Amino acid sequence: MDSALIPVGVKRCSFPKFMLLLGAAGAVLAWGVFAMLLIWIKGLNQTNMNDYYGFAIWIWADLAVIAIGGGAFFSGFLKYIVGKDELKNIINYAVLLGFICYSSALLILAIDIGQPLRGWFIFWHANVHSMLTEVAFCLTCYFIVLTIEYLPLVLENRKLDKIPFFHNLTHNMHETMAVFAATGAFLSFFHQGSLGGVAGVLFGRPFAFREGVLIWPWTFFLFTWSAAAFGPCFTILATKILEKVTGKTLVKFNVIDLLARISGWMMLTYMIAKIADTAYWAFVLAPSKGFDVGFFYTNNEFYGWWILILELVICGIVPALILVTKKGRASKTALTTAVVLAVIGVCLNRWVMVLQVMAVPVMSFDTWATYCPSWQEVATTILPVAYAVILIAISYRYLPIFPQEAELNPIAPEEALADEQESTEETADVAGAEPAAQT
Amino acid sequence: MFPFNFEWIWDISHLVFMGGLWYALGIIGTGMGYCIIKTISDTAQGKGAHHDEHH
Repeated sequence: MDSALIPVGVKRCSFPKFMLLLGAAGAVLAWGVFAMLLIWIKGLNQTNMNDYYGFAIWIWADLAVIAIGGGAFFSGFLKYIVGKDELKNIINYAVLLGFICYSSALLILAIDIGQPLRGWFIFWHANVHSMLTEVAFCLTCYFIVLTIEYLPLVLENRKLDKIPFFHNLTHNMHETMAVFAATGAFLSFFHQGSLGGVAGVLFGRPFAFREGVLIWPWTFFLFTWSAAAFGPCFTILATKILEKVTGKTLVKFNVIDLLARISGWMMLTYMIAKIADTAYWAFVLAPSKGFDVGFFYTNNEFYGWWILILELVICGIVPALILVTKKGRASKTALTTAVVLAVIGVCLNRWVMVLQVMAVPVMSFDTWATYCPSWQEVATTILPVAYAVILIAISYRYLPIFPQEAELNPIAPEEALADEQESTEETADVAGAEPAAQT
Repeated sequence: MFPFNFEWIWDISHLVFMGGLWYALGIIGTGMGYCIIKTISDTAQGKGAHHDEHH
């Protein structure tokens, strides 16, 4: 039915099967949209946020998707600025994931502000002393960059590419992509950092507060570093999931190996810095504010020492050590385990820096504050997942996301012949329909 | 966002923040502008009309 739109030389599932997948994801999406409309129409009383939790599950989700979406800017930086050309075979997918993550982040923010019609106030009446203003600026600009990076991929669709204007535009955008990639890396450095800076400057909350350089607390640099380190792990994980779903190898091992190796070393260096930061905070900074570090991990029902060990050791040091060793990367199970742990680790770090910060009592008469999201908050947090499934499914089906796919999954000669025949017929149709373009 | 907004002040904070924003938007706008103008020019010259699908 839609075979004319499918890239040449690759095989896709039947159209009804594809629609079934879209239908299933669409149902979840509809649930999320219903909750979103409830929040927009009835207001933030639909959530369980309160005076303790002005930042809640949405802000965690926001920070988490931005961190794992960091694979886009770091892969772009490695390919276009550092010159790691092998990454051209995975950069399209990294851009798609980045586009999904950042559009989801903006959607979550649009829900979180309660009155989206006033969303433009942050630009028009900017508070230039707020790190969140800088985050809003950089997020928006970087989303524009990601759209620009995603656009050529859309225009490379088999049908669209036949239109000379689109073909030329794709070509010209590819030529200037290094400029956009550099701008994206610049913007990402600042907004990833400022998201960490927001926690680090909270001098009234000793669990989050950190010292630093000039106006930037150490959390600023740790957030940027962690996004660059852990983001590519999500790109690898998403590739592995898609390979599992499609039953195909989509990217050659050397590409995954390179990205995993760089990510591994970034993670290892990040973990050293993170542990040093945690140790200084635990033994110097927190005591200087009158707190024993044990206070932050005891006397409550949920946040124990386990969360610190899980974040730093099991989901930090362990995946980093796996990824820096050749043996670890060569083993499919070890590699998959490492990227899963890494993604959990960075999401957990954002959880700690958003929700545990809110939970810790700061006044002598306070107790640990608990929070459980409402179903509307859960539904709107799951919404981006359904949106991601739909966009990945459509993009994978109709766009040449993986340049190595045809080579790695050769189709039967008779199918290739039929495909070529169809393509020739279509070209003839276009030639007949657009004689002016031929002259 | 603009000097004509009532809360605008000519201080270092506004210059750094807004300068950064307009600098980034300027690069993005110039880059896309260049691509679109060059594409119009290329298309007018007939480029891309006979390209191979397997490029």
